[in-house]
Amino acid sequence: MTEPHKVLDKEHIRRALLRIAHEILEKNKGHENLCIVGIRSRGVPLAERINQHIKQIEGEEIPLGILDITLYRDDLTLIAHQPVVHETLINFDLTDKKIILVDDVLFTGRTVRAALDALVDFGRPASIQLASLIDRGHRELPIRADYVGKNIPTSLDQNVKVILKEVDDKADQVIVVNRNQKENNE
Amino acid sequence: MSEWTKHDLLDLQGLSAAEIEMVLETAKSFREVSTRDVKKVPVLRGKTIVMLFFEPSTRTRVSFELAAKRLSADTLNISANSSSLSKGETVLDMAQNIEAMNVDLIITRHSSAGVPKVLSENLQASIVNAGDGCRAHPTQALLDMFTIQEKLGRIKGLKVGIIGDILHSRVARSNIIGLNKMGAEVTVCGPSTLMPIGIEAMGTKVNYDLEEVIQTSDVLMLLRLQKERQKDKFIPSIREYAKIFGINAEKLKHAKKDVLIMHPGPVNRGVELSADVADGKYSVILNQVTNGVAVRMAILYLLLGGKQQ
Repeated sequence: MTEPHKVLDKEHIRRALLRIAHEILEKNKGHENLCIVGIRSRGVPLAERINQHIKQIEGEEIPLGILDITLYRDDLTLIAHQPVVHETLINFDLTDKKIILVDDVLFTGRTVRAALDALVDFGRPASIQLASLIDRGHRELPIRADYVGKNIPTSLDQNVKVILKEVDDKADQVIVVNRNQKENNE
Repeated sequence: MSEWTKHDLLDLQGLSAAEIEMVLETAKSFREVSTRDVKKVPVLRGKTIVMLFFEPSTRTRVSFELAAKRLSADTLNISANSSSLSKGETVLDMAQNIEAMNVDLIITRHSSAGVPKVLSENLQASIVNAGDGCRAHPTQALLDMFTIQEKLGRIKGLKVGIIGDILHSRVARSNIIGLNKMGAEVTVCGPSTLMPIGIEAMGTKVNYDLEEVIQTSDVLMLLRLQKERQKDKFIPSIREYAKIFGINAEKLKHAKKDVLIMHPGPVNRGVELSADVADGKYSVILNQVTNGVAVRMAILYLLLGGKQQ
């Protein structure tokens, strides 16, 4: 049995997010008309950090939104108890904006599908681009990321855990654990 | 608390403090949906909700209907006078016939206490009580608590005065139960003829001195004087009631600075509340109505989301 395997540490994560911020600005030719939306829960601090990097580079923050996708999940009739719904906070008009959607791990693509449906209910954006700290493969829907922190090839019996100071109150890191293996950090 | 296990909402006696907390927390998330341009989320797509109202209602029915529609459920309305009840069908027969058409949830209001419970014991569909007799009106109490929490940041430790016709009020009873569970201190106040004997046993103080109740309360909850139930002469006259138990700006001078004035509606202006108070700066009556939709969305989501056993 293998130990939980650390794939990214704090500094790796910082550099990956800084690079993503640069890539976003390069691809969109600056920060004009951009806004950033984090998917609860870990997409939110990641979106905030990317926004801070954008501010350092461009001297200005872009509007930031928080999206809870619970109400748009495709498995609500399959799971025994309904998940807790958290608040969605998007205090700006998305119409004709270029949206950067941020999540921690891109896996089956179902979360992103739900997020796309949710965003469209808020307006008609000019475009939606996807940024993900980790892409672990195994897509079940035709979805790809525009910005990836790190590609990590995994098997289906593994879990990728993104640990962030803001959410988990522990030092930033990304670990890969086998599903049947106890996590020694919990 | 992260798992909801209840199948029906009959009253607040049946909910724990943690469950009430979960409803209020969930409602907070749903409030935002009603502020969007597209006021709809797909979470209850394909579910059918029937509103079976044997008593007239505008606010509650519209609120439930909007809540259901904003969650993408299909709704239909049945009211007593247009239904086959007038041909002599019993309530239970009627509900069983409706259920046979595969509905998922029935929202019901009836002038007799216990009707929702009988339905819940005989039907598979979830039952939500929208008021049964003088017994319980759980969603009203939940939205009242939500509004208090929203405005004052807490419920625990607050002093709440409920004023008016306590005897006939299901709103008062549900609020006493709910507020107690959430750690508030409830005092009821009203004419002694409209004060049920033994109400203290529900967990409330009784004080006939309105002035004292106004001075000490953080929240003043006024009840509608149910004119349709005053045929038995509980009070000498509505004018006298308004003079002694109605609240106006003058009486409010002795109230706490950030007191909340609440009313489940519809307000008899000039009876339990003067117009300047009903529309005044302390009044949160319209917030209650807005919050009602969010709270009812939360209830429908919690009862209908997830896999049906």
